[in-house]
Amino acid sequence: MSAEDTLLYLDGVSVSFDGFRALNNLSLVMMPGEMRAIIGPNGAGKTTMMDVITGKTRPDHGTILFEGATDLTRLREASIANLGIGRKFQRPTVFEPHTVWDNLELALKAPRRPLKTLTYAIGRDDKARIEEILEITRLSPKRDRLAGSLSHGEKQWLEIGMLLAQEPKLLLVDEPVAGMTDAETEQTAELLCGIAGKHSVIVVEHDMSFVRALGVKVTVLAEGSVLAEGSLDAVSANSQVIDTYLGR
Amino acid sequence: MLTRFFLMGLDRKAGVVLTILALLAVLVPVMTLLVPADSPFHMSVFTVSLLGKYLCFALLALALDLVWGYVGILSLGHAAFFALGGYAMGMYLMRQIGPRGVYGNPVLPDFMVFLNWTELPWYWLGFDQFWFAALMVLAVPGALAFAFGWFAFRSRVTGVYLSIITQALTFALLLAFFRNDMGFGGNNGLTDFKEILGADIQAPGTRVGLFVATVVALALSYMIASGIIASKLGKVLVAVRDTEGRVRFLGYDTESYKLFAWTLSACMAGVAGALYVPQVGIINPSEFAPASSIEAVIWVAVGGRGTLAGAILGAVLVNFGKSYFTGALPELWLFALGGLFVAVTLFLPKGLLGLGAQLAAKLPGNRAGNKSVPGGKTADQKGM
Repeated sequence: MSAEDTLLYLDGVSVSFDGFRALNNLSLVMMPGEMRAIIGPNGAGKTTMMDVITGKTRPDHGTILFEGATDLTRLREASIANLGIGRKFQRPTVFEPHTVWDNLELALKAPRRPLKTLTYAIGRDDKARIEEILEITRLSPKRDRLAGSLSHGEKQWLEIGMLLAQEPKLLLVDEPVAGMTDAETEQTAELLCGIAGKHSVIVVEHDMSFVRALGVKVTVLAEGSVLAEGSLDAVSANSQVIDTYLGR
Repeated sequence: MLTRFFLMGLDRKAGVVLTILALLAVLVPVMTLLVPADSPFHMSVFTVSLLGKYLCFALLALALDLVWGYVGILSLGHAAFFALGGYAMGMYLMRQIGPRGVYGNPVLPDFMVFLNWTELPWYWLGFDQFWFAALMVLAVPGALAFAFGWFAFRSRVTGVYLSIITQALTFALLLAFFRNDMGFGGNNGLTDFKEILGADIQAPGTRVGLFVATVVALALSYMIASGIIASKLGKVLVAVRDTEGRVRFLGYDTESYKLFAWTLSACMAGVAGALYVPQVGIINPSEFAPASSIEAVIWVAVGGRGTLAGAILGAVLVNFGKSYFTGALPELWLFALGGLFVAVTLFLPKGLLGLGAQLAAKLPGNRAGNKSVPGGKTADQKGM
């Protein structure tokens, strides 16, 4: 496959930390509009993969192309984010001293230079967009609450809302349902599936019932490289996957 | 647009601060110049200059609070920018002495004649013009802060390491300015000023004028700072303070945000120093001493970090205490200052301005009070 039609193209990416190979010749391709679930045991390199895509970690070897042309390994975090790659962290990270509304306003797609933000005045379109996201994430009644006072699940949702506000082409979502109740997990799956049509999404998750609810192509990582790829049923039947991850 | 910017920062707290400053700007001149000297309401010129000095320190504290309270940059070298602004003003005042110096040289300041220098060093050129000196008051601290911040922030030096190099910066400047061949008067600094903008610097009218100028500078800086805090840029700054990593992944180039606040803060500190020098009549290298910068940090901590108004309050109160102590019990002052810092850190983490909110939170049935203090809980959290 040529890299040109892809949204994200990782080829032979390796990262070592003090001799430990966190990523080992990892290759992965995402098409525009695709949603992908990444599973794998602890230490398989899931979070490191997100780190190299978003510029937090520089790979030792390998190619990472965005939209077939932009080399992500040369860019800083902020530039990569502005290309249209959004990221949600494992631990929900919202701006606690700000209100829910302000959190979304900060994330909203808008010029990012200091002097532009100094003179920024919220317009009707931006307001409507924030209202819409508050609706989607069911945070409308809490718009004026400080983000620090939200529950764990609400913070996760606010962070997903912030991702939406960024209007990224690709969303990287790290363990979105960790610590959520079953009902919240179900709602989150719905929420992500609703997003998937317009954006490409990579979800890293341990919760198998959640991955099943998503119903998308699954990539299994182990020891820094791809072990298997396909539907959840297909990879669950793969004997190597059973040995290294699922257990017999 | 500019009006909107200033209006944005005008909350109730700003109203109180600006009203007090406006009252000072009216009452002090009246009490000094119009009220007869035998009236109990008369204010001496000495007191005016003392108040002016406190307000210069308040402006330095305000500048420090902007970067420490809102961006999380604990500068232990802010007095360096203050002193550089002071030296720029001092150079102008030296050039105004003209042939009235002890050696009567029309161009060279006394200390240069004393060192057998025959011509003015190039970096003293232009300082006979007030507008040029005023520009340098902003440009020199601003340029130094910009260069320093550019390298420090790009290299992602943060937290205590950044604090240590700001301390090293001011110490390096202290040593440099002590040298006679730097051309800034060495150990003695610049003093013996005669006039400013053609007015006798000792005259009561000039003293009152300098005081009013300080009040105006403080009020303007307060409005600029609170306008910034209320803007989206201010929200980004607070977000950078608490979780810088997250802000980067939203696509904000956090280094340029820090650089903006840092440079602006240095310019404010420079203005504070420039207003300080004519009121105290001297600038010497001791202003660069690391202790001066640390004292400024204590003012902000006492008043309440991240409140702007608290910085002003803290600077005035602590310096009032200092004036009293160094008169009454000089050997105890440093102990009192140290004790104050320890007490504030232990019992008043949000300073005097946070005291009200802290008490409200303690009342039974008012647990929500905790949450109504913006920036309280997360202020100490380390970024990612």
